[in-house]
Amino acid sequence: MELNGYHCDGEACPETEDEDTTVSKQCWVDAPCSNIESANMENTTTSGTVHRERRVSNSTSSRQRIDSLKKNRPPFPWFGMDIGGTLVKLVYFEPKDITAEEEQEEVESLKSIRHYLTSHTAYGKTGIRDVHLELPDLMLWGRKGSLHFIRFPTQELPAFLQMGREKHFSSLHTTLCATGGGAYKFEADFRTMADLQLLKLDELDCLIKGVLYIDSVVSSGPSECYYYENPTDTEHCQQKAYNLENPYPLLLVNIGSGVSILAVYSKDDYKRVTGTSLGGGTFLGLCCLLTGCSTFEEALEMAARGESARVDKLVRDIYGGDYERFGLPGWAVASSFGNMMCKEKRDSVSKEDLARSTLITITNNIGSITRMCALNENIERVVFVGNFLRVNTLSMKLLAYALDYWSKGQLKALFLRHEGYFCAVGALLELLNSS
Amino acid sequence: MATYVEAVRGSHSMDKSITLPPDEIFRNLENAKRFAIDIGGSLTKLAYYSTVQHKVAKVRSFDHAAKQESDGEPLYEISVQEEITARLHFIKFENTYIETCLDFIKDHLVNTETKVIKATGGGAYKFKDLIEKKLKLKVDKEDEMSCLIKGCNFVLKNIPHEVFVYAKHGDSEFRFQNTHPDIFPYLLVNIGSGVSIVKVEAEDRFERIGGSSIGGGTFWGLGALLTKTKRFDELLQLASRGQHTSVDMLVKDIYGGAYGCLGLTGDLIASSFGKSATAEKEFSKEDMAKSLLHMISNDIGQLACLYARLHNLSRVYFGGFFIRGHPVTMHTITYSINYFTKGEVQALFLRHEGYLGAIGAFLKGAEEDNPNQYCWGENYAGSSGLLSVSPELNPMQRERSGTFDMLEMDRLERQLVNLPLLQDSSSYIPDTVDLTEDTLAREYWLCCFEEALDGVVKRAIASQKDQPEAAERAEKFRQKYRDKLQTLRHQPFAYGSLTVRSLLDTREHCLNEFNFPDPYSKIKQKENDLALKSYQRVLKTLEELSWEQRQIALVRGLLAGNVFDWGAKAVSDVLESDPEFGFEKAKQQLQERPWLVDTYNQWIERLKGPPHKCALFFVDNSGMDIILGVFPFVRELLSRGTEVVLASNSGPALNDVTNGELQILTERIAAMDPAIQASLSEDRLTLVQSGSSSPCLDLSRLDKVLATVVRERGTDLVVIEGMGRAIHTNYYAALSCESLKLAVIKNSWLADRLGGKIFSVVFKYEVPSIIQGHH
Repeated sequence: MELNGYHCDGEACPETEDEDTTVSKQCWVDAPCSNIESANMENTTTSGTVHRERRVSNSTSSRQRIDSLKKNRPPFPWFGMDIGGTLVKLVYFEPKDITAEEEQEEVESLKSIRHYLTSHTAYGKTGIRDVHLELPDLMLWGRKGSLHFIRFPTQELPAFLQMGREKHFSSLHTTLCATGGGAYKFEADFRTMADLQLLKLDELDCLIKGVLYIDSVVSSGPSECYYYENPTDTEHCQQKAYNLENPYPLLLVNIGSGVSILAVYSKDDYKRVTGTSLGGGTFLGLCCLLTGCSTFEEALEMAARGESARVDKLVRDIYGGDYERFGLPGWAVASSFGNMMCKEKRDSVSKEDLARSTLITITNNIGSITRMCALNENIERVVFVGNFLRVNTLSMKLLAYALDYWSKGQLKALFLRHEGYFCAVGALLELLNSS
Repeated sequence: MATYVEAVRGSHSMDKSITLPPDEIFRNLENAKRFAIDIGGSLTKLAYYSTVQHKVAKVRSFDHAAKQESDGEPLYEISVQEEITARLHFIKFENTYIETCLDFIKDHLVNTETKVIKATGGGAYKFKDLIEKKLKLKVDKEDEMSCLIKGCNFVLKNIPHEVFVYAKHGDSEFRFQNTHPDIFPYLLVNIGSGVSIVKVEAEDRFERIGGSSIGGGTFWGLGALLTKTKRFDELLQLASRGQHTSVDMLVKDIYGGAYGCLGLTGDLIASSFGKSATAEKEFSKEDMAKSLLHMISNDIGQLACLYARLHNLSRVYFGGFFIRGHPVTMHTITYSINYFTKGEVQALFLRHEGYLGAIGAFLKGAEEDNPNQYCWGENYAGSSGLLSVSPELNPMQRERSGTFDMLEMDRLERQLVNLPLLQDSSSYIPDTVDLTEDTLAREYWLCCFEEALDGVVKRAIASQKDQPEAAERAEKFRQKYRDKLQTLRHQPFAYGSLTVRSLLDTREHCLNEFNFPDPYSKIKQKENDLALKSYQRVLKTLEELSWEQRQIALVRGLLAGNVFDWGAKAVSDVLESDPEFGFEKAKQQLQERPWLVDTYNQWIERLKGPPHKCALFFVDNSGMDIILGVFPFVRELLSRGTEVVLASNSGPALNDVTNGELQILTERIAAMDPAIQASLSEDRLTLVQSGSSSPCLDLSRLDKVLATVVRERGTDLVVIEGMGRAIHTNYYAALSCESLKLAVIKNSWLADRLGGKIFSVVFKYEVPSIIQGHH
């Protein structure tokens, strides 16, 4: 029914009980077309696309809905948080339609948080706002604003809590929706250090909600979902927009520190098929040990310059060419780090080579497990998300290639621009239920 | 993928200084032909075919007409003849010894017909020139994977207890699996430097369905980089001492506890090496090695499970250098498979996994000898057995590690198949007690066999009084068997599950090895003579009894005959000190009814009913047992109109009557007894050989002819007699027809275990429940 299959009913919607749900379901699905939504609110008219117009045809209903939203929507600030093993992902909705009256009423601490987050792109030494991912002019629960995407290492969480304390976050009486393991692990710290009560949410529920939501609201600018065309042809391999309109069934592979693989049959029918401990954390952990690097970016940069064939033993190293008996091409990796069994070769490889090989090993393995899951679950579409893919074109292209090559074109690897933020977005969407 | 490992190149400096005990290792080179070699990263496996000359005891009937009346003469002649049997030799040694070994082979190779050596394994390329130069044989390269599969099929078919599951914390580390009559389909996961996953559907039909580049080479290569430790086994040792939790990010590190709603426990690894990215500290080599081991084992286990599920296969065998003889990796792989399949699939390992390539390459070269047409049996005397892989190596093992490991297989003269009357051949386990798991029983029987060794040696020498070097050979036998017992004390799992049967069989193999083919031949001859003299008298006594009295007397006769058993120490002591110990005395020794197991009343009720169509009788001892016990009993069955098939051993074992002997005895009895004579000529009494040379009985490995006869005659009763066949084995065997298992417990320990005293009687008449309904 809805755009991109994102169903907006039940808990995520504001007025399911007393309002025309058909309309209410459309409330923020259409949010990105800021002009038309604001038009509705301010009762002015601007033209929109055909389907948008269709959806806002019932203006009386819209009016009611907005009134109801006003009553039910949570007080600012609106945050969603995903506390993972390595990174904390924070999404923040910055209202841009603040009236002068609101501005006056806005308490100092709220203002201070808003200004702090929106006027910086980096926080402390390690916090970063991914400006390129920002979703401006977004309508959320009847408010227009920007969705900001912020991340910092989980290690820095105490500093974050300290800041929350200093900025009197707790005085805002807001609910902090949090997911990821850290929501459980650090729940007590939030309470004791910052006097904050967490609303803990299941991360896989949030993940799916977040993916479906973001994909549905992004309509301008680069497409949220994309794939690589001609993945087996390095010369002609290029990014192409993909319409995730009817996504089910779908294999959703979330590559964070570890990997979770979900089979999604509808918005609320999914199962965790399996997972692997060889994920982004493994890549970074091994790179740190092998090369002495300390950040993901550093590790990726090294990997980009390295040559993995010096580290890995390829099929051709063993068989002199293809192993035809089993249809194995000579370039295929026979043994990851296989050359490193030999001392002379250990002495001759560079850190860059090691980083490259680590990246390829982890990526290929995820591809391989994913492919087997897709076969076992009989699913042809695979969406890869998670922060391991951030600025990691190498891995994405490799995944696209591996899935295409080994499945003989049967499987398609899809990627989403907001890679690692979906759980946090899903958590934010739960905020409405908390009030 | 391949077992090819370049990394050990550094250690390839040839060690020529070692002196081989060559006649112990490269045996029968004089007759050797058809060589095959599998050179892996660190180990070389050599295979060849030889013929072995064995002394065998043959019995031959005298011309009775002339001799019948002369009293002191024995009834048949025993001669020792040379017999030639085929044997397969497999030897495993470190690559460092390769040149020395090739030199030795060259010096001893007599057979000039051999022109080619089949070679496989990554190292075959590297050593090609050396082999061709040294042996003057052309190296013929065979595909590694094909060899591996061929070898795997061969051991799965021919070696009982080849397959085991590994249980680190179990009562016994190794749990051996029954030989499955149908070995296909299965999945072979070969973990060399990479991983190959192969689906095998038939002898010559297999497919590499997948693989992974994360394998043994990754553990070794990455491990060497991380820990600066060069050797593979050192890395494993490091890993076995490490704690992965300091390096890996666990679910509880992220969640503070379990992720309950997904059923992920807190101790589950969420991200391998996940802590090494953030923690500002040095990690110990041990911890990193452990984390790496878990990472790789889990990954391989997961992929194996995904492939097994996709192809709907439940038997998954693991091999390759990553697994071979390493309890650490067997444990982690087992754990991983168990986790990912929730216990639905078991990780299976093979005792001779290291030999698969060599066996396969050999088979490819030996196709004209049709080795796959025959059944082969593991020779316990010539095989090293599975090494103990426990961290605390036993002294014997330390001596052996890094040297030579051997496997010898004898070609069995008969095709062996299942008894068609087994209720469920796939779940049939011949042995009653698994000594691998039952520690008390193991200690008792190992002691028992050690104590009996003197007697066996004496008996062996006495059987060859005319040969002066017999004493020396007997000493060698003693040494060999004692070593085997010693090995089994430390490694009960060396040849599969340890059982009384395997202890007895090992002793027979060792005796044969030193040319004592039948130490009891003369005793058997004498006892048969004595018993024959009483045959008619016993018959006469029985005929005077009423039907009811006669039935119990026949059973008591059968049991009394069973008291004469040189295999039981308690009895051999009596027989040694009191040679006149007679049939009547034996009867007096028997327990009075009710017996320890006593279903005699049911049996007698059954006898009042219609006769059986055909009875299959597995006989036991020579002398009183067969002549005064079995024959009168069989005679009664025949008189009821039941056909009888007497199954006796193909080869000698203790004082058990062999098929050859039984033929002569039957002839002699027939001459005295018209009833037997008539049954023989009417083909209502048939003699068949069992295909076995053991005092015990494995109903899943019986002569094909026997199986055919059993089927053709519509056999509806199986009688199994004696402690070896009815107690140590088959006590719990479930048959699809009526069965009678009877024995006298001639061992006080065993009697005690079963809740009785020495000379207690087991009389177990059983009717399968399906038939019971019809009566």
